[in-house]
Amino acid sequence: MGLGETVDIRQTIAKRAAQEVRDGMVINLGIGIPTLVADYIPKDIQVFLHAENGILGFGPTPPVGEENPMLCNAGGFPVTIQPGASYFDSSIAFAITRRGKLDMTILGALEVSQEGDLANWIVPGKRVPGMGGAIDLAQKAKKVVVVTNHCDKKGKSKIVQSCSLPLTAKACVDLIITDRAVMEVSPKGLVLKEIMEPYTIEQIVESTEAKLIIPDRIRRI
Amino acid sequence: MAYFRDGMTLMAGGFGGVGNPPTIIDAILEKEIKDIELICNDTAFPDIGVGRLITQRRVRKVIASHIGSNPNAGIQMTAGDIEIEFSPQGTLAERVRAGGVGLGGILVDVGLGTIAEEGKEKIWVDGQPFLLEKPLTAEVSIVHAKKADAYGNLVFDTSARNFNPLVAMAGNITIAEADEIVEVGDLDPEEIVTPGVFVDWIIPSKGVTWKWVWEKP
Repeated sequence: MGLGETVDIRQTIAKRAAQEVRDGMVINLGIGIPTLVADYIPKDIQVFLHAENGILGFGPTPPVGEENPMLCNAGGFPVTIQPGASYFDSSIAFAITRRGKLDMTILGALEVSQEGDLANWIVPGKRVPGMGGAIDLAQKAKKVVVVTNHCDKKGKSKIVQSCSLPLTAKACVDLIITDRAVMEVSPKGLVLKEIMEPYTIEQIVESTEAKLIIPDRIRRI
Repeated sequence: MAYFRDGMTLMAGGFGGVGNPPTIIDAILEKEIKDIELICNDTAFPDIGVGRLITQRRVRKVIASHIGSNPNAGIQMTAGDIEIEFSPQGTLAERVRAGGVGLGGILVDVGLGTIAEEGKEKIWVDGQPFLLEKPLTAEVSIVHAKKADAYGNLVFDTSARNFNPLVAMAGNITIAEADEIVEVGDLDPEEIVTPGVFVDWIIPSKGVTWKWVWEKP
């Protein structure tokens, strides 16, 4: 896979995730593909972007040369603020989260199970970056959307029957958006809602370790 | 700077290096303080903020929520040279706050059912399970403010506030570095975030001495 294609896939996933955004929502975007979602939020709706370092209502990246190095998102990159924004310390940032004021979070994943379990912060003995705010967000946001490549670099499905990695939170995920499909976690199981061009239903079923429920109607993107 | 000693517990405000106090960190490096037990949200980047303490191997133990942006922390952890204790970020903030406001612990349900609950006591309140999370304090707390007055009242700069007001309360000795130091009475009491009673020392900041990761070389 070429670099150009990889970038394109990330943008495609981000663009689809932006369709989950509704007017007035309070949203936290994780690092990586989730950060890109901000670029695709329709201009005619107003949302409040939440950052763990203590901002509610931040806006786009400032033009080069106009950055305030102290005004950054949780990933450490400069942002601007929108009208109505507020600053607070990190305990308040997580008060917003735990108190159920966060309408949606969009997070990356290492594995997601068909029951909505999420693993995204540790590969024991290999990659141990720490959970940051992922556990708080996954467990407490009203809606959890996962954006991820459908398969890992070795071609192994990241959408699984049961996670093998330590969990970030149990049964927390509502929607999974990948480069191949959109899947909804329902009480009956994982429902295939949309498929991305050029994939077929058969190809998606084949490349998904989790059991998929195939409804009569599936949207093509 | 007589408070800095080998083996000290040191708590630093800041998030991804933003709000780490640069001048105080330089002083700790110059004094060649080592075996530090560092409490901070994260280990910043290799050459930014508290990340420099890690890179120059001055730290024995870290209590943080994230070390992913500083590969040196991961390398030293894997080699067994540094001990890392992880807390979920919101829980870490509350543990620091609990220490700072004199509480004996806090009850949190974040992390239940995950490896984050290992080794923690479970307490049931009205039939609901919570984890008992212990408070954090430190021998020395270091923070970065935009403005300080001579009494130690602090005002922070946008998102550089992050953990700083919490950390300021949790130090047995708190040292604030400020970009601007004004006379007592020059700050509007309404704008003060950290009351000066929590701050023992104020030093003028010489400003950031590193390049941010987003800056073009």
